[in-house]
Amino acid sequence: MLKQLTSKPFPRIFNQVLSNGTSHKHSSFNTIQHKYEENTRKLALYGGRQTITMIPGDGIGPEVMDGVKKVFLAAGVPVDFEEVPVTSANFSPDVCCDAITSIKRNLVAIKGNIETDVDRLDFDQKSANVTLRTSLDLFANVIKVKSVPGVKTRHDNIDIRLIRENTEGEYSNLEHEGVPGVVESLKIITAESSLRIARFAFEYAQRNNRKKVTAVHKANIMKLGDGLFLECCREVAKDFPDIEFNDMIIDNTTMQLVSNPWQFDVMVMPNLYGNIVGNVCCGLVGGPGIVAGANIGNKYRVFETATRNTGKSIAGWNIANPAAMLFSSALMLKYVGLHKYASLINHAVVDTLQVDKIHTPDLGGSNQTSEVVDAVCQKVEKQAFKVRYDQIPEKLRGW
Amino acid sequence: MAGVARRFAFLTTQRAFPACSSVLTSQTRLPQTLFAQKMSTAAEVSDKFRVTMIPGDGIGPELMNSVKQIFNAADVPIHFEEFWISEVQDRCSDEKIEEMIASVTRNKVAIKGILTTPTWFDLGELQSVNMQIRKKLDLYANVVRVRSLPGIKTRHGELDIVVIREQTEGEYSALEHESVPGVIESLKIITRAKSERIAKFAFDYAMKHNRQKVTAIHKANIMKLADGMFLDSCRKISKLYPKIKFESMIVDNTCMQLTSHPSQFDVMVMPNLYGNIIDNLAAGLVGGAGVVPGESYSPECVVFESGARHPFAQAVGRNIANPTAILMCSKNMLYHMNLSSHAKLVESSLLKVLREGKVKTTDLKGYATTTEFTNAIINNLGKA
Repeated sequence: MLKQLTSKPFPRIFNQVLSNGTSHKHSSFNTIQHKYEENTRKLALYGGRQTITMIPGDGIGPEVMDGVKKVFLAAGVPVDFEEVPVTSANFSPDVCCDAITSIKRNLVAIKGNIETDVDRLDFDQKSANVTLRTSLDLFANVIKVKSVPGVKTRHDNIDIRLIRENTEGEYSNLEHEGVPGVVESLKIITAESSLRIARFAFEYAQRNNRKKVTAVHKANIMKLGDGLFLECCREVAKDFPDIEFNDMIIDNTTMQLVSNPWQFDVMVMPNLYGNIVGNVCCGLVGGPGIVAGANIGNKYRVFETATRNTGKSIAGWNIANPAAMLFSSALMLKYVGLHKYASLINHAVVDTLQVDKIHTPDLGGSNQTSEVVDAVCQKVEKQAFKVRYDQIPEKLRGW
Repeated sequence: MAGVARRFAFLTTQRAFPACSSVLTSQTRLPQTLFAQKMSTAAEVSDKFRVTMIPGDGIGPELMNSVKQIFNAADVPIHFEEFWISEVQDRCSDEKIEEMIASVTRNKVAIKGILTTPTWFDLGELQSVNMQIRKKLDLYANVVRVRSLPGIKTRHGELDIVVIREQTEGEYSALEHESVPGVIESLKIITRAKSERIAKFAFDYAMKHNRQKVTAIHKANIMKLADGMFLDSCRKISKLYPKIKFESMIVDNTCMQLTSHPSQFDVMVMPNLYGNIIDNLAAGLVGGAGVVPGESYSPECVVFESGARHPFAQAVGRNIANPTAILMCSKNMLYHMNLSSHAKLVESSLLKVLREGKVKTTDLKGYATTTEFTNAIINNLGKA
């Protein structure tokens, strides 16, 4: 294997990683499932009730979080929220630290997006969102791109899971003006993080019965940086012979996505590409109001909407689409083991969109946020008794 | 096997003390006749929440009866699955305990009277039924909310203390042996995992209920390793909660401080035996065993029981027991189950009756019976 590697354009780097003993192979027993079980024992779960950190954030965040709280109350979900108000207005290292310790206590959080004010930001100050992600080591961002029946789009039956490296790459915050007028912005790719995200993607595919993993890169231009990423994906792919692996260059990927999105299954990519491709994917199935996402680390998980925008322009108008946050709250419930409530909320939201046709303006409707939330509340309330004593189904149907 | 042995042992005790057994059986019958109640049909049960009920010994069944009457009157959608278990009467077997535990695991919520733990042991089992239940359900955290109630006069004015007790290890490990005749070793077990778990519970409880301070109670000056580790775990966990003040206090001093300046305490966290003592001491400060509610948590389920655990067997059948504690428990249970409107209904009626002070049971220097107290609450439902 090493011989094979030496024929690659960057043998030195990779060999070193392997000989240093940091190879992914040593940690292959420490699977995500294993970590999940280990973590759920440490959740703030007492008497069947669970405390979860809630960061409403800026823009439409507080509105849609209100919706989540209402739906949880109606469904009788045994969850209490510890609210930590982090906004761009009150942002300071202290507030940020509060949010981080809160998530460290509860292990799980649901979060709206925090506005990053480009003008106010000091030179060495990271955005609050990035600080949260890096200090909790939330290395993977998973976006569940799935067409919701009842939402009219140009492409039907899309079902893609997009996995994005969340901690390094272009978001490293290393920029400097070495010579006046010349700025260097460093993009960092490490074998360790690349192996970790690749392994995560393949394990995710295996656990969810997915057939194919596509690595997205730009190794034809960034031969060393993205090349390393690609090589790591290839290396991990060898451990998963049942799962098909291919790679695609980023520009081609975006084109393929808008013309033939059905060819993709699970996609894995570095940070910035994930940001862009994620938004393309969300656009395909109905926009930012409909797609859920999760930030996953070895210990902590933060759930938010897939496209991380604050929707400041429509804040306070009661027209934001709460579906995305409701879907991600369902993802969160699934993670903390409340599968039945997760599927209850998922079905209720889909029913509202598909059967009742209660659509907010972003989906071409004329209904308000509160109307969607009320419709969902009504649906879950009817089922709340039944669900409480239901057996947890082995395998959940769709969403 | 153990179950058979236990039943056999009971047969022998009954033969040896016929007079005693007749007393026991007469006690057995009394509460069950009190409980004569129509069977709920399957259709009625299906749209109700289910809660496991363990009436227990002593006045337990009478108090549960009062809870049921009030829940009926307030239209609370709860169906009780009853399990009559007792260690001192002939109503205990391994199968019964297993059945009860299965029920609690399924329902996730239980309400429990007190099971008398006899000091004798003739069954070769050191663990009491209470301890078995706690161990099997992993009910590691016991919370007692010591709060002064309106209309109950005490010496200390307004008090609001939360006592949190670890109750699966420590002195209650049931590990005692006589390795040399005349010398008994009784093992107290403290583990880091369980100490950190109870500390995290205490701090999370404090966060959730907007408390300011957590005090760890220990005896680390004598038990430097065991209690030292408990204290160290608490200190370690406290780092994650920068907004909550953390203090520690030695158990003997704590007892003195509680009787002289109880208002300095907020949330207290401690190992098993200290918790048992301080629960009772603190309950005494606000009006006794009849008015202090408690609850035991495992990750998955919660058992509501009174804070100071006394069966009060001498009051059985005299209709004088104070149901306030168990009613506070049942109100907390309703809040826990997302039935807050029903909870408020029961709570405000109970507080109104206490505040007015016209109907008081004998432990609060009144003359009312349990039934009169219960009826007063039913009459006040929705009036507060």
